[in-house]
Amino acid sequence: MKISVAAVPYFWSKQTYLTFYKKVALSSVDVVYLGETVCSKRRSMKLQDWLDIAVLLADAGKQVVLSTLTLIEAESELNYLKNIASQKNYLIEANDISAVEIASQNNNNFVTGTAINIYNNHSLKKLIDLGMKRWIVPVELGKDDLSPIISFAKQNFIEVEYQIFGRMPLAYSARCFTARHHQMAKDRCQFICSEDEQGILVNTQEGDSFVQINGIQTQSAKVVNLINHTQSLIDSGIDIARIVPISLNDTLNVIEQLSMILQQPEKLNFLPDRLENQYEYCNGYWWQIEGMKYTA
Amino acid sequence: MELVCPAGNYPSLVKAVDNGADAVYIGLQNETNARHFAGLNFSEKQIIKAVDYAHTKNCKVYCAINTYPKEKSWARWTNSVDQAIELGIDTLIVADIGVMDYIRSRSNDFPIHLSVQASATNLHALNFYHQNFGIRRAVLPRVLSLKQVSQLAKTAPVEIEVFGFGSLCIMAEGRCYLSSYLTGQSPNTKGVCSPAAFVDWQDKGSILESRLNGLLIDRFSENENAGYPTLCKGRFEIEGKIEHALEEPTSLNTMDILPDLHQSGIAAIKIEGRQRSPAYVAMVTKSWRKAIDHTIRSGNPVPQKEITALADLAEGKQTTIGAYERSWQ
Repeated sequence: MKISVAAVPYFWSKQTYLTFYKKVALSSVDVVYLGETVCSKRRSMKLQDWLDIAVLLADAGKQVVLSTLTLIEAESELNYLKNIASQKNYLIEANDISAVEIASQNNNNFVTGTAINIYNNHSLKKLIDLGMKRWIVPVELGKDDLSPIISFAKQNFIEVEYQIFGRMPLAYSARCFTARHHQMAKDRCQFICSEDEQGILVNTQEGDSFVQINGIQTQSAKVVNLINHTQSLIDSGIDIARIVPISLNDTLNVIEQLSMILQQPEKLNFLPDRLENQYEYCNGYWWQIEGMKYTA
Repeated sequence: MELVCPAGNYPSLVKAVDNGADAVYIGLQNETNARHFAGLNFSEKQIIKAVDYAHTKNCKVYCAINTYPKEKSWARWTNSVDQAIELGIDTLIVADIGVMDYIRSRSNDFPIHLSVQASATNLHALNFYHQNFGIRRAVLPRVLSLKQVSQLAKTAPVEIEVFGFGSLCIMAEGRCYLSSYLTGQSPNTKGVCSPAAFVDWQDKGSILESRLNGLLIDRFSENENAGYPTLCKGRFEIEGKIEHALEEPTSLNTMDILPDLHQSGIAAIKIEGRQRSPAYVAMVTKSWRKAIDHTIRSGNPVPQKEITALADLAEGKQTTIGAYERSWQ
């Protein structure tokens, strides 16, 4: 099973992205997704800055995939998307069906992200015909849902990628929840989300975790953790284990732990104490139950 | 501008038709539609009766088959498509690419409306569905501003339908998995959000608590209106403050901007609420019929008293224009 790192869902500074990806280049990751997927107003990185990082990673032997925005409304967002989806140097992660449309019109291959709803072989087949090469499974599907689709995907040489670590993207809205929490208008947000390295936790009034707000995106409060279940993923035919970044250092630590465990799954276990922060974990979707539940 | 009204059962359909709906939308009694609630929706016999009644009064009947079939239960969706077409439904409202492909394998021109659950929010997304499946119309998610909606209505290759009134979904529809994160069941897979089977009300003396699968969604004091625990509309704690972290228990009402929607060339206004009573459907349909006729005739704004009267019917008795207005976002 290969390891991928999804695009950073949070708003980091240019310097932080550079530091992060220089270290990712030295790590044992196979596939790296690059770009802004949540909010078009986040502009610490220009397209050229991402492309410079892409060169750095490609030179280090990583497969680079350029990610695209998930909720696309404005003309300017479409124009930015066109620049990415019509280029020829890198594979594209389509997170909206508009990216599929533009990529296929340009005869470009693409990966579908978690927000493209492929729940059955008939949808998968249609997108394969249009140039799809890899399927990142929608977050709410589990191992039993996947079994009849994975065999079909294999017959069609489609790679299957499943999130093994990180918070799940659970919803997108026109509203910026971070700006709203700070009583700011979205149009004058002052990039307040850049102050939170990994979003803001929302709890119930009893202190149970609920969600994590990250600009217009709502994530699971709990962090998916299937690292001790890599064998179950491999047995199901998952080709790529996807890590969605949390904090910079913890993400790098998770990459290294996962890489070691994949080499010696019988001997090694995931060690949460090695991370700088404490996280609450979940993995229910894989086991076909509530996403927030956790099986150790 | 067409008025598209909800019908969760035959009595509601009759009310919608009698009060001036141009089209009524319904669902079958299974998880193929996004209002898969107990006691709701239409059996085969009821569909025959419904189509017959609506057609004699020159009203169309749309059928929503707008959830996402998992591979193992694929046949239920294709059977539902077959059934709806054979029973004389005028148009199917669809979200899944595979289901659209199946409809086109049966017929080159059976009308397909792209469901809001497909989450198409821009011109290229609409082009995709138009080119691949020849959709006739698209229902837009409730995430776009008025300016964006107007722009799309001018440039899109298909007719545009927007939500006018009813429960307000604040997330891009079809891309929200919050309900299955908490309960295992979502709009995409089961046609439900915050399903009733997981709701628990606990009376703690002066406080009433609403829970979803055990998780506390809200606490109400005696003088508060306790609304259904839709998970995105509860009060939660963020950085020490208790607030409606995502949205207040409010409903959408776009009557204020009806002249703008009309001028933009919007083809249809959709009323949410297949889960509501026949009496509710009757009142809302009547009020919107009057408002649309007034707008088309005069081009003037709808009188404020009509708009306020409608707000009384809304969830939480609070309404908003929602994302149409930038300040909401």
